[in-house]
Amino acid sequence: MTEKEPLFSAKNLKLLKEPLGQSNPITVQVLGICSALAITVQLKPAIVMTLAVIVVLSVSNVVISLLRKMIPPRIRIIVQLVVIATMVIVVDQVLQAYAYEVSKQLSVFVGLIITNCIIMGRLEAFALANKPWPSFLDGLGNGFGYGLILIIVSFFRELLGSGTLFGIKVIPESFYDIGYANNGMMVLPPMALVVVGVIIWIQRSRNKDLIEQK
Amino acid sequence: MKSYSNTYIFIFSVVMVVIVAILLSFVAMKLKPLQELNREIERKSDILRSVGEASEESDVKDKNAYIEQEFDKYISDSYVVDYSGEVQSNEDAFDITLKIKEQSDKDVKDRLFPVFVYTSETGDHKYIVPVRGKGLWGPIWGYVSFDPDMNTIFGAVYDHAKETPGLGAEINTDWFEGDFKGKQIFDDEGNYVSVRVLKNTDTKGNPHAVDAISGGTITSMGLDEMLLDYFGGYVNHFKEKVKEN
Repeated sequence: MTEKEPLFSAKNLKLLKEPLGQSNPITVQVLGICSALAITVQLKPAIVMTLAVIVVLSVSNVVISLLRKMIPPRIRIIVQLVVIATMVIVVDQVLQAYAYEVSKQLSVFVGLIITNCIIMGRLEAFALANKPWPSFLDGLGNGFGYGLILIIVSFFRELLGSGTLFGIKVIPESFYDIGYANNGMMVLPPMALVVVGVIIWIQRSRNKDLIEQK
Repeated sequence: MKSYSNTYIFIFSVVMVVIVAILLSFVAMKLKPLQELNREIERKSDILRSVGEASEESDVKDKNAYIEQEFDKYISDSYVVDYSGEVQSNEDAFDITLKIKEQSDKDVKDRLFPVFVYTSETGDHKYIVPVRGKGLWGPIWGYVSFDPDMNTIFGAVYDHAKETPGLGAEINTDWFEGDFKGKQIFDDEGNYVSVRVLKNTDTKGNPHAVDAISGGTITSMGLDEMLLDYFGGYVNHFKEKVKEN
């Protein structure tokens, strides 16, 4: 019988680390772009969204992994969808009860987590074929990777688009007096795409392996 | 590869659906009281903010207690009128406000109209009315407060369920809501004209209009329609009230 793998073996730690960089769900796997554009106008909703996605992703991964030998392949997509939708509804209800202000800011986007490709993508690509603990770590890792990008993008969008961070004014009045103005475009989705593009550019300059061979 | 029989697939699906249904019903039921309390506090907070109160909301530790306290302190009276302006003494204003969706679905002549009376520390009175209408993606609503002349707007607070952040959702911002201060719903001859939400015109000198939101045309039109419709319901009452005041 094979040795039980230690909880935080090198292989398992890779599951946590890789999605932060070389297999980042947004910048490398190109999943979950929609919410990266919509939710990143300000930092606070972006962080709450990240936490919601981390919870939904890791728990769904574990559930599917536990059921992986029982799910009939013919209905596996439907089963994945049911699990994701249930988790998202639970998260939405909890937000409305315990974090009402933020749930209003996120409004429809919490429900849209169901359509976030990252979740379905990881369930298909990993949870169906792996044990619960590694699946949990994979969920956490990809959730963090998603969150990292969301936080970077919303940091710049809020700072440059509204002059605030977490709603607190950060750019001093003196800057405005000498002619500095908030970049109105940063508040609109196209700039989010540009910021993500810049992040991808920086990432690929530093890690040449990510560039596709011609 | 193991092949799953149709019976298995069927039973699996049924069991899964039943478990999910039980789980979700349980969660919804447990959390409902908290969610309703949140909505109630939010309404009270909006009513207070339409007259410029409850400004320390985000700083206090127990927001719910703070709002309840402020509400009891400043909202000295409330009543409900019908379209003709007659007071409905067996109706509660806050109750009707909680069920405003029901009211707004009716024809304006059949609705009940709540009014909240604010009394400031210096004894000034303002009159606050709830409004509700349709935005682009979902309902929009708000609370508008009037000076005792029942004509000039003192403050407004608007909100929405699903409007687009940065576009229609801008109705819920200080700058848009602030535009309404000082606007009037009756013209110099006493005709009801509401406060219109207009595009492509400069509304600064116009006491009966505000600027629409760039990129949020349909929401702005919805708000325009909402005010026109809802204020219209209060016209008879306001004309009476002015004489009293």
